Amino acid sequence: MRHRKYPFIVGFLFLPVLLYTVLVIWPYIQTFGYSLTDWSGVSPSMNFVGFKNYTALLHDDIFMTALGHNLLLIVLLPVVTIVLALFFAFMLNVGGRGGTGGIQGVRGAGFYKVVFFFPQVLSVAILAVLFEAVYRSDGGGLLNGVLIKLGLENAQQPILWLSDPDLVFWCILAVLIWSGVGFYLVMFSAAMQSIPKDIYEAALLDGSGRGQTFFKITIPLLWDTIQTAWVYLAIAAMDAFALVSTMTPPAGIYGGGPNHRSEVLATYLMRNFLPFGKAGYACAMGVVIFFITLILSVVSLRVTRRERIEY
Amino acid sequence: MSTKVDKTSTIPAQGSPTAPVRRPLKEERFADRGGVINVFSHGFLAVWAIMIILPLVWVVLGSFKDNAEIGGSAWSWPSHWSFSAFGRAWSKGGIGGYFTNTLIVLAGSLTLTMLLGAMAAYVLARYEFRGNRIIFYMFVAGAMFPVYLALVPLFFMVKNLGSISPLLGLNSYLGLILVYVAYSLPFTVFFLHSFFRTLPTAVHEAAMMDGCSHARAFFQVMLPMAKSGLISVGIFNVLGQWNQYLLPVTLMQQQGGSDPDRSMLAQGLVNLASTSGYASDFPGLFAGMTIAMLPVLVVYLSFQKQVQSGLTSATLK
Repeated sequence: MRHRKYPFIVGFLFLPVLLYTVLVIWPYIQTFGYSLTDWSGVSPSMNFVGFKNYTALLHDDIFMTALGHNLLLIVLLPVVTIVLALFFAFMLNVGGRGGTGGIQGVRGAGFYKVVFFFPQVLSVAILAVLFEAVYRSDGGGLLNGVLIKLGLENAQQPILWLSDPDLVFWCILAVLIWSGVGFYLVMFSAAMQSIPKDIYEAALLDGSGRGQTFFKITIPLLWDTIQTAWVYLAIAAMDAFALVSTMTPPAGIYGGGPNHRSEVLATYLMRNFLPFGKAGYACAMGVVIFFITLILSVVSLRVTRRERIEY
Repeated sequence: MSTKVDKTSTIPAQGSPTAPVRRPLKEERFADRGGVINVFSHGFLAVWAIMIILPLVWVVLGSFKDNAEIGGSAWSWPSHWSFSAFGRAWSKGGIGGYFTNTLIVLAGSLTLTMLLGAMAAYVLARYEFRGNRIIFYMFVAGAMFPVYLALVPLFFMVKNLGSISPLLGLNSYLGLILVYVAYSLPFTVFFLHSFFRTLPTAVHEAAMMDGCSHARAFFQVMLPMAKSGLISVGIFNVLGQWNQYLLPVTLMQQQGGSDPDRSMLAQGLVNLASTSGYASDFPGLFAGMTIAMLPVLVVYLSFQKQVQSGLTSATLK
């Protein structure tokens, strides 16, 4: 049988590995190479310029602004999303009336889960177009419409949202949180359900309140999952391309405005690559994004490491 | 090192002499507080649910309104219920064409992703050979890096493939299919690898004893056994590829005036959004959004459990 095993292995692995190497691994490696050149992407000629692209990045104000926005997203997006998702998951699974039945979730938990998760299955492109309409800068926008209805806003001076340099970043962050909470809620919820009920019951018997139960039992037992969520969200915070490029002005050249107040690395990379024809420079940005992602993942896994609790 | 939560030691001795007096009081308080928190938590959950549902319902309603109603007030109700906006979005807005493009690409990419992914995962999970670990980690590593890292060279790679055969280049279905497959492989292989490991070996061994070939054992014995895993990862890939935005935006640009528009649905919707402002056809845009959301909603609602477990299982070992 042995003599037939290797042709089979090679036969099965050949196509997947070939495709993967040519379209994924090789471009990854090439990015590093191109980032050391002044390649325009249009002409076939390129010169080796060493780390010139990287030093140029350091003096590029727009790049620094974009980096700042991404770093702010990396801090804010995971914190807000995880706190909200944990809160909701806790409510859904153990938030119900304690009473004689012991620990239970609130009524309608299944319905809430289905609804909350839905944004996750929508394309970011749909989200972008949807929220462009929601943030519309007159009374026809859903958000302005709601605020005017509630009397919180003057109908004659509607809030500009995406065209307001001070608000545009927060508008983007809000959409990211809105669409992300459901996914992490389901993730935390699954983890919570694997915690044995008698642990909660024991805590209840000891007279532990909801807050105590949440902080002393749920959080420590969920730590691994929270950690994973953190890394995922940090990676998502490095992205935000689809939302920023379609929702924010100027249209057609990957947004980022007004006045670069919503610029992120991904939009600036794409603008340098396609419209500006600075492929080498764009690759250098790609490498920076790569290292930030890598460092983030390693650091967050290291720093937040805790003793694993078995149950 | 690990600590075990010892639940027995945390239960205190009850029934001490003073306890009967105090206990009812305490229980009452707990229940009361529970009631307040119940209202409070239901309130929060309901508010968030409304925040999710309201914009979606608003978009669907918007596709029945006219321009004046959409521009006027967000609270206006459609004056007459006509499906004309859907027709306009489908034909004039090009949503119908984008829909077809997406279906063509997805039919190819999904089949290939599942087939190649299952083949690679199966061999890596079930056969010992030199380089097994290296290939496996190569696949897994690919899932950790952002697509941006590869974007620029990938664009030229696909462009060069186009000079080999016009079927493969930029703005070609096959080119995009292959790229989708390549970028879906890491997760597919990773997920199915662990799945094939959990399947019992006895059935496979019996088949081999009966003189079944390796390939036949895979297609006729192992694949049917892995059905539930294949469904989970399949749904994951359907949603992922259906919703993909960055890759088509980079790779599916028209290469000249005569090149047909082969935009994917997500990408086409964004195009429609940027042109509908000039054409001032907002109902058409809202109808386009509704059309783009519907298939996802149907898949989601009918496979709700699998979608949730499929999407989150990658993170829960």
